[in-house]
Amino acid sequence: MIEVRELRREFKVATSKGLRRNYKTVTAVDDVTFAVAAGEAVGYVGPNGAGKSTTIKMLTGILVPTSGHLRVSGVDPSKQRRDLAKRIGVVFGQRSQLWWDLPLGDSFDLLKSIYRVSAQDYKARLDECVELLGLQELLITPVRQLSLGQRMRGEITAALLHAPELLVLDEPTIGLDLESKERLREFLADINTRRGTTLLLTTHDLDDIERLCPRLMVIDHGRVLADGPLDELRAEVTPERELVIDLREPGPAPDVPGVTAVRSEANGLRHHLTFRRAETSAAQLITQVVRQVEVHDLAVVEPEIDDVVRKLYQRQVQQDAHR
Amino acid sequence: MLAGMTTNVVFGLLRLAILSAALTAANGEIADYDIAATNTYVWIGQGLLGFVLLWGNNELAERVRSGDVVVDLYRPWHLQGALLAQDIGRGGYAFLTRLAPPAVFGMLLFPFQFPENPVRWPLFLLSATIALVISFGVRFLVEISAFWLLDNRGLYGFWNVSSGLLCGLTVPISFFPEWARDALWMSPFPALLQAPIDVFLGHGNVGKLLLYQVFWAAVILAIGHFALQRAVRKVVVQGG
Repeated sequence: MIEVRELRREFKVATSKGLRRNYKTVTAVDDVTFAVAAGEAVGYVGPNGAGKSTTIKMLTGILVPTSGHLRVSGVDPSKQRRDLAKRIGVVFGQRSQLWWDLPLGDSFDLLKSIYRVSAQDYKARLDECVELLGLQELLITPVRQLSLGQRMRGEITAALLHAPELLVLDEPTIGLDLESKERLREFLADINTRRGTTLLLTTHDLDDIERLCPRLMVIDHGRVLADGPLDELRAEVTPERELVIDLREPGPAPDVPGVTAVRSEANGLRHHLTFRRAETSAAQLITQVVRQVEVHDLAVVEPEIDDVVRKLYQRQVQQDAHR
Repeated sequence: MLAGMTTNVVFGLLRLAILSAALTAANGEIADYDIAATNTYVWIGQGLLGFVLLWGNNELAERVRSGDVVVDLYRPWHLQGALLAQDIGRGGYAFLTRLAPPAVFGMLLFPFQFPENPVRWPLFLLSATIALVISFGVRFLVEISAFWLLDNRGLYGFWNVSSGLLCGLTVPISFFPEWARDALWMSPFPALLQAPIDVFLGHGNVGKLLLYQVFWAAVILAIGHFALQRAVRKVVVQGG
């Protein structure tokens, strides 16, 4: 579905000092190579400024690559932008493709004409989205009066009316509350499994990846640092997990085999026990702990996606230094 | 809408008062304009102003500035064509609300020079529509200059200030000295306003006027088409 080889994009950035104006070249995307098969759901993550949006803009044909090979749905995006637009759907979390002053339903009608969707297909697809996303009452509401959560449901419907093979989502859950996020994820997962729509999404929210994307790609400084299933990446990069225990009474941390580090808080009321996931299971650890001390509450903490990314980046820097 | 209409009519009255005073001082006729022709010129001009939309709202330039233009660019359409279609649709509405009212106002209350040949009515509509297309083309160019300038308000302001004088809104082009008249008719400006008025009044050769307009419509739309292509290729889209 997506084929990317040694994709590169440079920008000229003006660095002005006084009256002199110099340009320096910044590489936003640096020889990126990956492929996405039809029906996959891929999460594309990385810190701000990592090159995610630049990649997405090239994939959708809005930005012309500096060099490299790029095919989306068998088409060269920047050369056949209009052709491609009919086959893919794009949702930008921070931009709207709906008509601000028109009712939601009228926006959909306009898109039907723009994408030349037959009346029959349009009705079937719209009805499905309206039902699954609960849009019935919103169809007559002007877009400017919708809440962010309602509008995002509208945006996603708008991107699906022409039944795209690939749906690209740029931070679709940004700014949404938990319930709206969950509703959106559920819907997207359904679209992916039932309709076989390929998903590519960028996000800062680990839960999006966890719920939706079996595969994760991490990018930073314009380079792909890792590509694979989330669990594997996490296990590989951050082999340690943490067990947090709250005691009933303040006391010393229990001494359990398998624990590699201990950090105590709140005068000995809370302890963070670090352990290696490959060697010790959480269940073993908990059994041992409750034997020794009286536990009020406990939780197993997985490393945050930001940690994973940071570790990956450190690893990359080290590898570069070794070369 | 009502406020717009009122403003439009009041400005029409002001322009008429000034031009009438000039006409009286010049013994009732300047160039090919007598009192009736001047009235017609003013009221048709007031109507055309809103119909061809000489001064737009710079909305596209704002979308370029904020980066929202990406949404317009990834649709399966020719952006310029789609916006032109939208503008012609706007023209249909403006015909009823902006063109017809001041024209009817002028016809009913002032001496008016109706076309001698009834075929001039549809020809006037045709000419006005081409003027709208040219006006759209120029506004489109002014707006997409934001791809390079980022902030096009200077150019936008310059266009708003100069277009009125150059296209024959302030005074008829035929009031200008000969050299300026000739120079202006080589430019697209009179095609925006003076040409349809001349078609209505029967000044000059209708066929020539329409050809002149069609020529500029094609040239300006073509420039817009290629400029947009270049903009999309060369220019960074703003924001995350």
